[in-house]
Amino acid sequence: MQTLNHPKQTGPVPFLRGLIRNQIFIPLAALLILVVFNLIADPSFFKITLGQNSNGDPVLSGNLITILNNASELVILAIGMTLVTAASGGQDISVGAAIAIAGSVILRVLCGEEARPETMQAPIIVAFLIACVAAMGFGAFNGILVAYFKIQPMVATLILYTAGRSIAAWINNNQLPIISDPEFGYFGNFIPGIPIPTPVFLAIACMIVIFLVLKFTTLGLYTQAVGINSHSSRLNGINPAFVKFLTYVIMGLCVAVAALIKVSRISSINYSVIAKDIEMDAILAVALGGNALSGGKFNMAASILGAYVIQFLTTTLYKFNVASDALPAYKAVVVIILVVMSAPVMRQKLQKLWARLAPKKAEAVKEAK
Amino acid sequence: MAPNIGLKNGRLARQGGISDTNLLLIITITVFLVMYACAVIFLGAGFRKPQAFFNILNDNAALIILACGMSVVMITGGIDISVGTLTALVCMSCAVHLDYNGGSVLTAMALAVAIGMAFGLVQGYLVAYLEIQPFIVTLAGMFFAKGMTTIVNSTQFNVEHEAFQALKGTRIYVPGMGSINKLGKYVPAYVEPGVIVALLVVLLLFVLLRWGKLGRGFYAVGGNAASANMLGINVRRTRFLAHLLCSTLAGIGGFVYFLHVGSGSPSHASGAEMNAIASSIIGGTMLSGGVGNVVGTFFGVLSLSTIKNIVSSLGLDEAWWTNITVAAMICLFLVIQSLVLLRKNKSKQ
Repeated sequence: MQTLNHPKQTGPVPFLRGLIRNQIFIPLAALLILVVFNLIADPSFFKITLGQNSNGDPVLSGNLITILNNASELVILAIGMTLVTAASGGQDISVGAAIAIAGSVILRVLCGEEARPETMQAPIIVAFLIACVAAMGFGAFNGILVAYFKIQPMVATLILYTAGRSIAAWINNNQLPIISDPEFGYFGNFIPGIPIPTPVFLAIACMIVIFLVLKFTTLGLYTQAVGINSHSSRLNGINPAFVKFLTYVIMGLCVAVAALIKVSRISSINYSVIAKDIEMDAILAVALGGNALSGGKFNMAASILGAYVIQFLTTTLYKFNVASDALPAYKAVVVIILVVMSAPVMRQKLQKLWARLAPKKAEAVKEAK
Repeated sequence: MAPNIGLKNGRLARQGGISDTNLLLIITITVFLVMYACAVIFLGAGFRKPQAFFNILNDNAALIILACGMSVVMITGGIDISVGTLTALVCMSCAVHLDYNGGSVLTAMALAVAIGMAFGLVQGYLVAYLEIQPFIVTLAGMFFAKGMTTIVNSTQFNVEHEAFQALKGTRIYVPGMGSINKLGKYVPAYVEPGVIVALLVVLLLFVLLRWGKLGRGFYAVGGNAASANMLGINVRRTRFLAHLLCSTLAGIGGFVYFLHVGSGSPSHASGAEMNAIASSIIGGTMLSGGVGNVVGTFFGVLSLSTIKNIVSSLGLDEAWWTNITVAAMICLFLVIQSLVLLRKNKSKQ
């Protein structure tokens, strides 16, 4: 009955305390620090200008737009990765390779037999749907290994990680198809007349869909139940294997959307480079969001915010003229600082330190208890 | 997961038949022997010479060392994905040290081990004492090593240091093995010095894991950390030492790799961490911890590269076939392991 004895608190203090305890605090704080840092270092970082692209259409440009635009694929993948992590207590490391496959399928359908056709051989929607089916099929393959053969997720997805880019090259006979129709580029760049890049809308659409799904279906509840204790969830009438399987299929769907954006950006594909190491960033987004990588409870908003933090960090580093090859080193330092700050052990240590530095306050809290 | 994973070698295991570790080891060795025998019988030429086998060792000495370290971490239930880029960092640092900074081979060796140990200390501390997930810690380590490699030097270059070249060219001839070449000359089979290091590492780790107190601690912590704690094992220290060992081995492996290729490049050993994990898995180490063996890992590396050689000698040169076959092989091994363990657990109940 500790709560009853707490002195009544009014005003902003409980709100702040609640916020600090909230999972979303860590990515939010990281984002705020980055924003403040940029404000001090160079206020023009946040300038957004309305210009014209080569076709004379109005486009917005600026660092913020770049961040929102480039983070889109990562956000979409973070959604799927959060569900996979929550349900199976492991991560899918094959998403980069799966994007290569899905992208290759899209181009294969659009190009038909020729490598560089004058016009597209099929409607984009058909190509996208076929890519969805293919990506979900590969997701199902991962899901079966994880859920029914009970193989550790990272190991199970290692198979597709190894083979994925080779399969992608094989689908197109190792050719590099290029689509010249500007209509295909709309998904990764700008739709004429709309100054905001299309990937931003696609990412927002995915967010809306997943929030509606989590709100109105039992998917969120079931994945968390399975992740926390799959045995007891089975006793409660949930089929844990199927829930795990389902999260991998959903991951496949996210992969297909991300692949559409990726191939549309350049209207072509490079099998060994496309979406390279994106799986690591997606997992990082989940971890930065404060979600346990061992599964269980998750916070989707925090994961999405985590993805934006990563992109914000990358763009900030570019802004400070860090060479793209050396970028990972700086990123690693920031990541370690963030993760260490959010580690439960570190928080306890800080609290103890705080108690020693401010003994009066600690005593007051003790008395109150 | 399988409930019977645990401290199950030795006497305890004999009561319930064969232990998981040994069962998976036997499967691995059998598959490797069958595969190699088939290659010798059906593909002949390339595989019949003893040197063909020793070339597999020469090419993969570094991978063997990396994979052994990986196995140790996996046995404790962790993972280390930084070893691949760490190898690249060690190569580049040693190359710069030798050619630009006028270092000697000995100091280069010390540098390699020191870099590995530094990574191990930091990663081990973060994983064991701050209880951060090993995947994230070593992911950051991977990024850091990747970035540092290009900061040290961003382009590939070959080392021209004389003493190093002499060491690189050293051949250790295997007594009693050899083949007669086209000119009718007898060519003795040889291995590179790195192979000796790799075999020593395998042997030492095997002894450590089998009879060492620390080694048994690795299995206990990976099998069940809570009960290991009750047995009086210092779980945090054990985890810390596992990561330290793995990264130090990555440093040594990095130098062996450097000795084999003789150059520094940011793209060296890319994907080596995944190859190391795959070899460990094929060798019967389970990512869930508590089960595994470095001898199995050794055969895992050999199997992986034998299948690659088989694919290329079948004439399937197109790049994708190798990867697809390797993936199929990992898949096959995983399913076998999973089925064997599932059946075993069922028959126990």
